[in-house]
Amino acid sequence: MTAQPKFLKILNVVTVLFLAAAILMVFLYAPIEAVMGLVQKVFYFHVAAGWTGMLGFFVAFVAGIIYLITHKRIWDIVGLAGVEIGLVFMLICIITGSIWARPIWNTWWTWDPRLTTATIMELVYAAYLMLRQGIEDPDRRARFGAVYAILGFLSVPLTFFSIRIFRTIHPVVIGGSDPNATGSFDMTAKMLQTFMFSLVTFSILFVDVLWHRIRMGKFADQLEQLKMRLLA
Amino acid sequence: MNQVTPFLRAMGAVVWKDLAAEWRSRELLSAMLVFALLVILIFNFALELDPVGRANITAGILWVTFTFAGTLGLNRSMAVEKDRGCLDGLLLAPVDRTAIYFGKALANWIFMLAVAAIVLPVYSVLYNINLFNPGLLLVILLGSEGYVAVGTLLATMSVQARTRDILLPILLFPVAIPVVVAAVKASGNFLSGLEFIEIQPWLNLLIVYDVIFTAVSFMTFDAVVEE
Amino acid sequence: MIEVRSLVKRYGPKTVLRGLDFSVTEGEFVALLGPNGAGKTTFLRILSSLSRQSLGEVKIAGFFLPNQSAAVRRRLGVVSHLPLLYGDLSAFENLHFYGRMYGVDGLNARIAEVLDLVGLTARRRDLVRTFSRGMQQRLAIGRAILHDPDVLLLDEPHTGLDQDACTMLDEVLRQVAVRGRTVVMTSHDLSRAQDLASRFDVLTRGRISASIQQSGLAADGLLAFYRQTLEESSQSAKETRPA
Repeated sequence: MTAQPKFLKILNVVTVLFLAAAILMVFLYAPIEAVMGLVQKVFYFHVAAGWTGMLGFFVAFVAGIIYLITHKRIWDIVGLAGVEIGLVFMLICIITGSIWARPIWNTWWTWDPRLTTATIMELVYAAYLMLRQGIEDPDRRARFGAVYAILGFLSVPLTFFSIRIFRTIHPVVIGGSDPNATGSFDMTAKMLQTFMFSLVTFSILFVDVLWHRIRMGKFADQLEQLKMRLLA
Repeated sequence: MNQVTPFLRAMGAVVWKDLAAEWRSRELLSAMLVFALLVILIFNFALELDPVGRANITAGILWVTFTFAGTLGLNRSMAVEKDRGCLDGLLLAPVDRTAIYFGKALANWIFMLAVAAIVLPVYSVLYNINLFNPGLLLVILLGSEGYVAVGTLLATMSVQARTRDILLPILLFPVAIPVVVAAVKASGNFLSGLEFIEIQPWLNLLIVYDVIFTAVSFMTFDAVVEE
Repeated sequence: MIEVRSLVKRYGPKTVLRGLDFSVTEGEFVALLGPNGAGKTTFLRILSSLSRQSLGEVKIAGFFLPNQSAAVRRRLGVVSHLPLLYGDLSAFENLHFYGRMYGVDGLNARIAEVLDLVGLTARRRDLVRTFSRGMQQRLAIGRAILHDPDVLLLDEPHTGLDQDACTMLDEVLRQVAVRGRTVVMTSHDLSRAQDLASRFDVLTRGRISASIQQSGLAADGLLAFYRQTLEESSQSAKETRPA
């Protein structure tokens, strides 16, 4: 196992610092929202996590395309890393969305387009992992993963639109409030700054975790090769 | 002698082969049909609606039926190839891989439409609703095309995995949600006699989905069957 | 007719074929022998264009794999231990389908010819799922030669057949091969291989470790030759294993 490259070590430190700063900003710097109170602060992490989730899936989409063209193993590792990380962050997004919804609208769930699409995306990528699990041959696993990552990512905007049109024509409300108003509130300058900062922080966190995960993937490969050589 | 057998001839051969084999055994169609009718029956008891309520969710019931029966058909259609090694037989032929894809997809589409052709009259009779609506038929055509286009590709993948049978629905349903949502809404709207202009966004969505996913499916089919 | 140079095939971290060299001249009938897991099926799948090599050069009938695979496939006939036939179609319909896929001219006449060659003319309208395994294999050979290929690849064709069926199969194979076709056959059945082939290669641990012509064998010689090759191969494996 090679040691962490210098950049990665620096990035680790930077990530931790940014995270600490972001948390401080959210709780101390950003004002408490008039209508919703303290729980509104969940929003900063909720959106950032969702953004990172999408980022992970986008990385998997691009990595999938590149893998199909080049057949280089590293892109399969990148794709898998993207999905795994995206899955976790999207889950955080969904859960924080739920936490936010409860006190505001007195319901654990709103079927609004964004949240619903996020959940469906989560299912798509869980399916991706199940697909990979069912295949022995590494090359086939990589190819199938790449194809499904592409299909999955392309289906997301269409899913979003289909549910959005669904909601505007039939504003069926389950749980007693307007699902389109995802807690709309006007952001003051301080809130906006905090929001942008959390976005940036989560993006840095994403890159850091992605890098670590890719390294892990490469080590796992090396381990497999060593094992094979010993058994041969 | 030409190196590659002409595309349409190869595709036609695959379609003819699937239809002829199915006509002999009728295994696939009968399984899909029985299943579809069972689903409709279960809905009848599970939902216990008065006639008015039923009219509102006819579209939903129909499409749930189609999607589940469709999955059965897709699975079987590819499993037949895999089990006797026939997929290899197809890949050994000097034909463009996409001809195989389109042949299978077209055959699967025909099967799904055949099921619809029987389910619609049966449903009409059972629930005293007139389902012979040209708009509805259009939606069934568009919706099933998109579903089958992606489904054929995903079935080819799932049939090569260990967890074969449960994998196809898991892979297909999340990705097919736009089709199902759009098809259900459009069908329901046509049945309630809404203006065409109101239904148009749904039809547009269906067409966009069909185009994108048919394209992506046949472009990536090669990667899914080669070794 | 077949030229293979430094063929390597990897499945992830596992290397199955390690720099395999193999060459067959036109009209030769080569039996490829070897223990399970040596890579025979993998090798045959690469030759039949179903699988892609990781490294190395494969040339069949003057065309390269994988870039010119369509041209190669047109000149290849493949029989595997799976029937590759559609049970719900008749013998005639199966051949008709494959004939169309291969773009065979004068299809009906050709089908009649082939059915006659494999002795299944009487059963042409019967569904393949009613055929015994031996009959299915004969039909499979018919399918393989329908488009008059230059090269025939057979992967353990005698698997699952009883003695009579094997004898019938061998008859067909001799008739089919005698037309100057190049044949590569993998087999576990040494006595049958000895009857059919003109050359015997042994594949162990991802490489051809020995090759011998029919003329170089004694009466019961193949078994002895095979055993000896395996012995030598596992010896050298023990020597090269890292401590």
